[in-house]
Formats: sequence, C-alpha cells, structure tokens
Amino acid sequence: MSSTSTTPPAVAVEAHGLTLRYGRRSAAALDDCSFRLPTGRVSALVGPNGAGKSTLLATAAGLLRPTSGTLTVLGTAPAEARERIAYLSQDKPLHPQLTVAETLRMGAELNPARWDAAHAAAIVEQGSLDPKARVRGLSGGQRTRVALALALGKRPELLLLDEPMADLDPLARHELLGTLMADAAEHGTTVLMSSHIVAELADACDHLLLLGGGRIRLGGGIDDLLHAHSVVTGRGTPADLAPHTVVESRVTGRGLTALIRRDGPVGAGWETSEPSLEELLLAHLRSPSAPALLTPGTTATPAGVTA
Amino acid sequence: MGDHGIEYRIDRRSGVSTYLQIVQQTKQALRLGLLEPGDKLPTAREVVEATAINPNTVLKAYRELEREGLVEARRGLGTFVRRTLGAAPADSPLRAELDAWAKSAHAAGLDREDVAALFGSVLDAHFPKGDQ
Repeated sequence: MSSTSTTPPAVAVEAHGLTLRYGRRSAAALDDCSFRLPTGRVSALVGPNGAGKSTLLATAAGLLRPTSGTLTVLGTAPAEARERIAYLSQDKPLHPQLTVAETLRMGAELNPARWDAAHAAAIVEQGSLDPKARVRGLSGGQRTRVALALALGKRPELLLLDEPMADLDPLARHELLGTLMADAAEHGTTVLMSSHIVAELADACDHLLLLGGGRIRLGGGIDDLLHAHSVVTGRGTPADLAPHTVVESRVTGRGLTALIRRDGPVGAGWETSEPSLEELLLAHLRSPSAPALLTPGTTATPAGVTA
Repeated sequence: MGDHGIEYRIDRRSGVSTYLQIVQQTKQALRLGLLEPGDKLPTAREVVEATAINPNTVLKAYRELEREGLVEARRGLGTFVRRTLGAAPADSPLRAELDAWAKSAHAAGLDREDVAALFGSVLDAHFPKGDQ
C-alpha cells in the first residue's frame, strides 16, 4: 500500500536523532534514533531485552525527557499530546483495592473531555468481568483487559503498549488482540506495541520498528520490508552477491544461503524466496553491523525542511 | 440478507499469506453457493475482532475481490457479493456428472491416488497452469 498521493500522511510519532541516557556515564538506551510512524498504522516495536523498547515508549508517552534529539507525537511535544495518547506500561498499574466499575469511573474522572464510558464498559463486558469484582482478585488476563478498557475508553489517537500480551494465556491474548484490532478498524487508532515474541504480532501489525542496542535497525511497512529482502541459495560466495547487501550468510553444502537486501534483480543461478518476518528479524539481530533500513515514508524529514 | 455470514479461519502455519486466505475462503464459499449475490460480507471490524488480524489485511482482501468483480463496496453499508464463482454450486448437474464418473472410476478398481493423478492430468490439459 505505497501511497503516491501528494499529501503526506499525518505523522503519529517522529524522532530526530533521539538519544536518551539514564545517567551521564551510562550507555545510551536510545542512540541517535530517527524514524517516522505514520498515523493509522498498527506497529510492532520489536527487539531483544534491553534494546530500548520500553524507553522509547515511555519517551513517546512524555514520561522521559530525551538527552538529545527530538521526539514529536501527533505533531507536538509528548507532554502537549497527553490527552490524545494512552500509554500502558509493562506493569499495568491499577489500584488493587478498587472494583472494575470504580476503576472505569476513575478513568472517566481523569479524562472528562474524552471518556467514552460505553466503549470502556463494552471491553470489560466482552471478558465477562463482574463490574463489582476487585482488581486484586483478577487474573493477569483480566487485569490486562481492565487496563486496556481504561486506555481505550480515553479514545486515544495514539496507543502505546509495552508488552501488552506478556503473561496472558493464548485465548486471552487472541481476544485482547481482537479487541485492539476492532478499535483500530473502527477508529483508525495508531498503535505502537512492543514485544519480543514476533509471531504473536505478525498478523496484527502492518508496520514494524526493530530496535537493537538502542538503534533503529528496521522501520516501515512489514510488506515493504519483506519485499526489499530475499533469501537466496546457490553455489557461490558472499562476494558473488554484489551489489546486493548481504545481511547474513551461511554455508549450505557446497554453496551458501544468504539473506540479502536487493539492489536490482538477483543474478541467475540463485534460488530466491521471500523471507518470513521472523527470518528477517533474526538475521538483522544476529548481524548488528548490517546497515539499517527505513522504507520510504518512514524516514524522519530533515529538520527545517517542510514539504 | 440476514445471517448468511462467513467466518474466516486464519491458519498461521499454512504458508499462504493471510490476505490470500481470506480471498480464497471467500471464493470457496462462492463456488459452493454458501454466499450468493446480495449477501453481505462481514465488516472489517467483525473479521479482525474474531481473528485478531490487522484491519488493512481484510481491506486488502476485499479490494482484491472487488477488483475481480466478485464483490462491491457500498459506501456506509458494507461489502456485498455481486456474482457467484464457477457454474458449479454444490447441487449442479456438473457435480452430478463428476460424481457419476468417480463412481465408475471406483468400480473400475482405481484407488484414490490413481483418480487424483488422472483428474490432475485432464485438469492440466484443459486448464493450463499459469493461465489464471
């Protein structure tokens, strides 16, 4: 779905050289990140533990201040956009002594201008939760559902979710992802959610940000990213694959198998196929020196340049 | 048109892309007469709520079906079936002929693989591959 229209798509999140250190001498949790997330996308934020996923989400939520560089959300500073953003941190803080109904009432009072009580109640109802049940007594999946109801009841334009599906059983995971997708379908909500389990997000997301060592490794539409790469097998050496970028290669019998970023058509004698999302991500994570790729429309616009 | 809904099953291990699975399952339903002209396809919201897939995947599948002239999107109303596929719904004369043929193949002592091979070669002769 490459857009060739003349009006650029609205931007949900845009970073320019975003760097964040937790202490003056500590390594950068985010290291010179530049990217753009258009609105209306459901984006996976993927990367190994310690890659900077939570830091990026908390920065977009306005809870952390960049050490250098900038990050804008919905066209403005994160703090200015707070009403239009919902952020669900990994530990999903809820008050254990409140009932489900009281938790939702709190959501209404904290978001008087935007709160959609019917929507929040419907999400809770889908999970057949008793409104009078106390949060303390809920299972992990039920708590996530209440936290999601609290986030979606706000009718956010941008939803930031940090490992939302961790510690959920497969059924609860499927149901909650379904609820999330329905919201995206109906309201065009932009979603950015982190996970280190790729498979669970592959079908729900149409966009990807891969973080490794605090840097953006891949960014863009998932289809575009997959189409840009090929898995090739044949007799030859990595050097024979020029001018393509070899992300990763390994010996297979008398030849080799490589994941490449194509530059023009692949020469004869190589058998090619499109990588799966998992293959693409693993190859990039195992090859930290492979150059980053942002697909068109997802690179940050140079500062000072307006379309 | 009431409750002629179709429920999509997404098989994540099939190797077939998700949008194509929706296209194929819709076509299969059209071939079998499970969907008829005028029937409404589920909304993107309904599909993604049940399957937890991305809404754009559903829209892409519906656009493909529309491009092939099988369905049409009516603004604000939904996506509706325009025509059926193939002239062979479940109870057509063609199916009856094929049924009779299979019976005589069985009577002649052919086993399942023989029949599949025979049918496949006739199929290839009359419907060359890559012809779409």
